[in-house]
Amino acid sequence: MLQEQELKTFVEGTTNYFEVAAQQPASIGSPYLMEGNPSVHDYTGVINISGKREGVVYFTAPKAMLTVLLMKMQENDFSHETMRDLVGEVANTISGNARRDFGRDFVISVPSVLAGGAPEIPQKPGSRSFVIPINWRSHSAKLIVSLT
Amino acid sequence: MNAVNAKATNGARRSYKLMIVDDSNIMRRRIERSQQFDELELIGTAGNGLEALELFKKADPDVVTMDLTMPQMDGIECISQLVALKPSVRILVISALADKATAVEAMEKGANGFLNKPFTDRQLNEAIADLIR
Repeated sequence: MLQEQELKTFVEGTTNYFEVAAQQPASIGSPYLMEGNPSVHDYTGVINISGKREGVVYFTAPKAMLTVLLMKMQENDFSHETMRDLVGEVANTISGNARRDFGRDFVISVPSVLAGGAPEIPQKPGSRSFVIPINWRSHSAKLIVSLT
Repeated sequence: MNAVNAKATNGARRSYKLMIVDDSNIMRRRIERSQQFDELELIGTAGNGLEALELFKKADPDVVTMDLTMPQMDGIECISQLVALKPSVRILVISALADKATAVEAMEKGANGFLNKPFTDRQLNEAIADLIR
């Protein structure tokens, strides 16, 4: 069973990105638990985890949110590649935090990035996902933690 | 790999040639835009360790910002090779890998500083200042 502290590490990795990179903190919505594949937004950064826990953690965000985040970062390029790049950087930060907090108990992959509204996220059959809404300005993204 | 023309410096301080290595376009541009040192002249950027080595041999930078997680050749291996080519090179690791073991490994290979992503402009400039002053 996923520990609260483990979940906190992933959440803090995500909110820290907004607070530092955009100088504007994100807030957390009410988390919920669901079975099956949660829906995703336009761009998704995925981290695969094995070792003490098995599964995936992913950050998924709408293009509009990423566009504003890029603007706040003084970025002028809003291309598809830059959106992918940004969501990968957020996932990279989540991954780095997890490596720091969990050490060698967890084997954490280099993030991969998926684009489009219905990508296939490889999840273990029967696994349940914690879905944590990440609210920033008027936008909402999701952090999804699906570990057994 | 993206080589750029060196810009003139005012000569009041020693000039350092800077190379930025990161597989993220956003991060390369961010570092270039945010660093505020007149004595640094950007000689080029690279998206992985192999490109960095190639550019390093051509442009002979004095200061390098180095990501760690990159395709083809990662930052740790690249640091080893750069230091072997030029022991005096100053390398600032800028990485999302926040664990102490990674930082220690990078320093043991020859890095001179470590900055975690994400970072503020101030944190970046303080880290670079520690490297060159």
